[in-house]
Amino acid sequence: MTDAIMATGLVKSYGDVTALDGLDLAVPQGTVFGLLGPNGAGKTTAVRILTTLLRPDAGQATVAGLDVVRDAARLRARIGASGQYAAVDDHLTGAENLEMVGRLYHLGTRRSRERARELLTRFDLTDAADRPVRGWSGGMRRRLDLAGALVAQPPVLFLDEPTTGLDPRARAGLWDVIAELVAEGTTVLLTTQYMEEADRLADRIAVVDQGRVIARGTADELKDQIGGDRVELSVTGRADLEAATRALAPLAVEDIQVDAAALRMTVPVTGGAVALTEALGRLAAERIAVRDAGLRRPTLDDVFLTLTGQGTGKIEETVR
Amino acid sequence: MNALKLAAADGLTIARRDALKIRRAPDLLGGVITLPIVFVLLFAYVFGSMISLPGMSYGEYLLPGIFVMTIVMSSQITGYTLTQDLQKGIFDRFRTLPMSPSAVLIGQTVSDVIMNLASVVTMALVGLLVGWRIHSSPGEAALGFLMLLLFSYAFSWVTATVALALRTPETFNNVATIVSFPIVFLSNAFVDSARLPGPLKPIAEWNPVSTLIQGARELFGNTSAAMPVPDVWPLRHPVAASLLWSVVLLAVFVPLATRLYQRAISR
Ligand SMILES: Nc1ncnc2c1ncn2[C@@H]1O[C@H](COP(=O)(O)OP(=O)(O)OP(=O)(O)O)[C@@H](O)[C@H]1O
Ligand SMILES: [Mg+2]
Repeated sequence: MTDAIMATGLVKSYGDVTALDGLDLAVPQGTVFGLLGPNGAGKTTAVRILTTLLRPDAGQATVAGLDVVRDAARLRARIGASGQYAAVDDHLTGAENLEMVGRLYHLGTRRSRERARELLTRFDLTDAADRPVRGWSGGMRRRLDLAGALVAQPPVLFLDEPTTGLDPRARAGLWDVIAELVAEGTTVLLTTQYMEEADRLADRIAVVDQGRVIARGTADELKDQIGGDRVELSVTGRADLEAATRALAPLAVEDIQVDAAALRMTVPVTGGAVALTEALGRLAAERIAVRDAGLRRPTLDDVFLTLTGQGTGKIEETVR
Repeated sequence: MNALKLAAADGLTIARRDALKIRRAPDLLGGVITLPIVFVLLFAYVFGSMISLPGMSYGEYLLPGIFVMTIVMSSQITGYTLTQDLQKGIFDRFRTLPMSPSAVLIGQTVSDVIMNLASVVTMALVGLLVGWRIHSSPGEAALGFLMLLLFSYAFSWVTATVALALRTPETFNNVATIVSFPIVFLSNAFVDSARLPGPLKPIAEWNPVSTLIQGARELFGNTSAAMPVPDVWPLRHPVAASLLWSVVLLAVFVPLATRLYQRAISR
């Protein structure tokens, strides 16, 4: 299987800010690749380089076998892209927007018109199709932008946070669309903040932080990589939460994650059910009332939080 | 597809988009139609009766100047629209499409010259109503309108270049206003340049706007034997000089604007 997207050592700085610091990616053809990372990790920068919108300062990348810098013009005919912010024309109607995109992909007038109607139906936008986009809701514009990326049925698709701002139904709809496209052989690279989405859609995942890939693999591999199980507990008060954090610290194999608002905590442990019993015993000894307790395998959320060290620190601070 | 055919096809697609936009944004169209009407009526009635010229009515003398003033102002729409579009998402879409790198500028300038055609026709009709007359042959008159439109097209590329250098609608508007008033008023649009004081006289005589106005006056037959033409080459051969100006502006600013556009979108 050949790689539809290949990037080696991509570097990009904006003044003093290093957005990408030697990013490597390889995405096999016909698969979905998920780019995960906290805000500012460099996901959008990576997508913009791969879609020819930005030139890397160093490193190189090919998409569909074409170099993103040297063959940029030819490459544009072979990719579809939907950025983090909807790139639609406010003054045109939905149908006119997609027809224009079709013409600029040189599909011809008739095919552009047909394709626009197909996509408007597919994205559930037929009712609004002939109204200027200016009056559309954010989620509708987002869907129109996604439709724009699909106009030319490109073999490689880049979607930067495609489901941000979509309602649950539209999100499920987009997941179906992506699944269909991949079944037809399209390669998809998407970025997302939703672990559930990466878990469900992406064949392979790369976790990006500060411009580098800090972990990669399938969702299962990543979960195994951080290892262990999670004891999840909720208590009845703020004071209990602090006390419980102290009581369980010796059991934790990584940082304890605390959600102060929900009075919940997640303790990474090894040893499964034994660890759960041990944890409950320690809390009982401290006379801390437990509302709810359980054991689970790590989720991608845990992977993300553990690897990027994001979130935990901040939430713990609010407890202290 | 070769580069030229691609530029033409994509330019047409963008021009169509701009035309749709104009239809949806009546304020733009209103400016292009009503402002010229107001100009013609205002100048013809307010100043037309106050100033008298040897051998011809001031209204006849004035109207070609109003035509030129209006197209210089309307050509700024090209630049203004570009700065607005640069701030919006749609350019991100254009940038990922396999379209010609000149298409946006070609489309924008072509749709603006069509708007300029609409405003010139409006002004000519209103002019005829208030007593302006064409005293030349239909062929010369047609050449006169063509000359105006060619210049407006060339001038659109100038404003596009300025817009791409400045980038924001606010700065563009400020600069355009500060520059366009002297360009229009330091000319022979309202007064015979021979009557201007000292240093302003040569400026007005060599101003391309004066050249274009003189060219329009000759082609529409709005001249008088009692008003001698200053002895400078562009005013002695105003039609040739106007066409030359248009060609020179296009030769300089088409490549310049295209280069700046590519720079603006490849950040
Ligand atoms: N045009 C720009 N000028 C200056 N700095 C920029 C620019 N674009 C991005 N950056 C910086 O580069 C870094 C990476 O940004 P990027 O947008 O790629 O992150 P991201 O992973 O997409 O984040 P998010 O999840 O918030 O979308 C950030 O520190 C950001 O501030
Ligand atoms: Mg981003």
